[in-house]
Amino acid sequence: MGEMHQILLKIGPAAFRIASTWREPLDQLAALYNAYPAPADQSVDFTVRLEPEKPWRRFIRPSVHIGGDFWLPDAAPLPLKQGLLAAEMGMNLQMALGWRRHLLLHASSVEKDGKALVMTGLSGSGKSTLSAMLAERGWRFMGDEFALLSLDSGQISPFPRLISLKNEAIGAMQKVAAETRFGPEMKTTPKGDIRHLVPPKAAVERMDAPARPALLLFPRFGHAPELREMGKSEVFVRLTQASTNYVALGEAGFHALTRFVDQVPVKAMDYQSTDQAEQMIGELWSRLP
Amino acid sequence: MMRDARLLIKALRDPSSVETLDSGQWTELISIARAESLIGSLAHRVRDMTVPDRARAVLQDAIEAHDLARQQALWEADCARRALADCSGKIVLMKGTAYVAANLAAGVGRSIGDLDIMVPREDLPVVEAALLDAGWEWVKPDPYDDQYYREHMHELPPLIHRERDRMIDVHHTILPLTAGPRPDADAILNDAVRLENGLYVMAPADMVLHSIAHLFADGDLAGGLRNLWDINLLLGHFSAENKNFWAELHRRAQIHGLCAELARALRLSNRLYGTPLDESRPDETIVSDSFYVRRLLARDGYGRETRKFTRFAFYVRSHWLRMPPLMLARHLWTKWRKGGKPSN
Repeated sequence: MGEMHQILLKIGPAAFRIASTWREPLDQLAALYNAYPAPADQSVDFTVRLEPEKPWRRFIRPSVHIGGDFWLPDAAPLPLKQGLLAAEMGMNLQMALGWRRHLLLHASSVEKDGKALVMTGLSGSGKSTLSAMLAERGWRFMGDEFALLSLDSGQISPFPRLISLKNEAIGAMQKVAAETRFGPEMKTTPKGDIRHLVPPKAAVERMDAPARPALLLFPRFGHAPELREMGKSEVFVRLTQASTNYVALGEAGFHALTRFVDQVPVKAMDYQSTDQAEQMIGELWSRLP
Repeated sequence: MMRDARLLIKALRDPSSVETLDSGQWTELISIARAESLIGSLAHRVRDMTVPDRARAVLQDAIEAHDLARQQALWEADCARRALADCSGKIVLMKGTAYVAANLAAGVGRSIGDLDIMVPREDLPVVEAALLDAGWEWVKPDPYDDQYYREHMHELPPLIHRERDRMIDVHHTILPLTAGPRPDADAILNDAVRLENGLYVMAPADMVLHSIAHLFADGDLAGGLRNLWDINLLLGHFSAENKNFWAELHRRAQIHGLCAELARALRLSNRLYGTPLDESRPDETIVSDSFYVRRLLARDGYGRETRKFTRFAFYVRSHWLRMPPLMLARHLWTKWRKGGKPSN
């Protein structure tokens, strides 16, 4: 066991050391995170490790085990060709299990006029694709995976890592974003086909600028367009399930979440196309106080 | 890059040493401390030192995480107390929960997972029934494992609470029945110290010896640096509090058959953490201590486990300690036929 290759990344408020047995995933990360600032003073919060699952797996059918400061015992290894995905999953894992400076909501978020739109829901609801699309249509992209809810101010902080596009969303985004912004194509990963997209420039330049949450949506793709009210207690329970660190934060998490649910208007939104969703969101947005 | 865990030892032993670390070394120190479950202890230890901003934030996170862990551990202990209110025998808290319940330095910033309690062996059926009645369930409903625990272990098969998702290990002594030393469980229960809430913790010497037995007479030294740090703090605290502590400690070790383990623990705790030792004892150096140190420090600056061979040797030793050879063979055979990893 010798030296590993390593790279330092800063995404929003969090900084990472990614250490890897192989160079390739780090070269891909370096290219895609090229416009991101380096962590101040080279200090980081977390280490992610990409290592062979077994020593011989460094060379023979190389397979990447995702480890680091925080880890799950049953994380399945990925082939080296999906090393970039492994690195992204490793960073997500550190945040999900280790971050305590915000309440983490499994949600995408975008900002306009200093106000944030937060979208949460089950995977397949379209929240990630919607945030990517809106980011090409005048909104500032804040994140497609985690919305970071401040424990004191109630504001949302951006966590604008690479946008992880899945299956049909890849083709849809290729029509509107330049090819140079895309990472390598990864076929048949455990999550389907995946391609990463570098967020627009403004998202990176303003990744330290939080915004006040003004609207929470529970989008659902593939159903006839409809907006529905939701009860506060249902919203609260669903957000506790959508949070990775609600329990770990104890009382601080409870206060942050109850304030969020009390103050932020909520709608469930069914839609069948991005255009439809954009129109519905536009109308809701114009009627906000 | 650090090739072993010395950076962490140095920081715990001499907190002011962290003031000269650069950011790369801080990153390594944090990874090592997290991997060894000592990040909370480190955070408290360097509280008053000058630390770079981001490292300070990481340490503050650890302090808050462990404050909550402490509160949850005490709550869990109280849940068990209420569930067992009708049991007449003593309920003795063990390990991390005992350290926080007794307000010992060893409990500050310590990570606490399961709730460990000890009860008189004859009370086991009553305790078991009361816990099942109060919402705990078996984790491993496997007849072989169940029988194995009941015949050969020092504890019941683990139970988990169906609503709070927290485990409880109910012990009736401090080492597996198959291990070499046979600690005197009655003596431990007799001398246990009552807390205000009616629960008990072990008397000082027994508390230290339990930690020592757990580290050196049972298990493969995984998490050993944390365990030895507990031992270091307990020894420091109790010996400062009571000048007869050392004599009592050696007397109790004799009763429990743990003299060799105690001697090893004292040497290693002194060697790694600088624990002040009983002056009446001669300074000794034992060759095999170096293997223990090698194993305890097997962690690099990326937080990786290193020294696979040494680790494996201690893993094999842990099974050897627990069971006579024929029994070990039978156990591994049964486990292998069941297709499971031989983890017990």
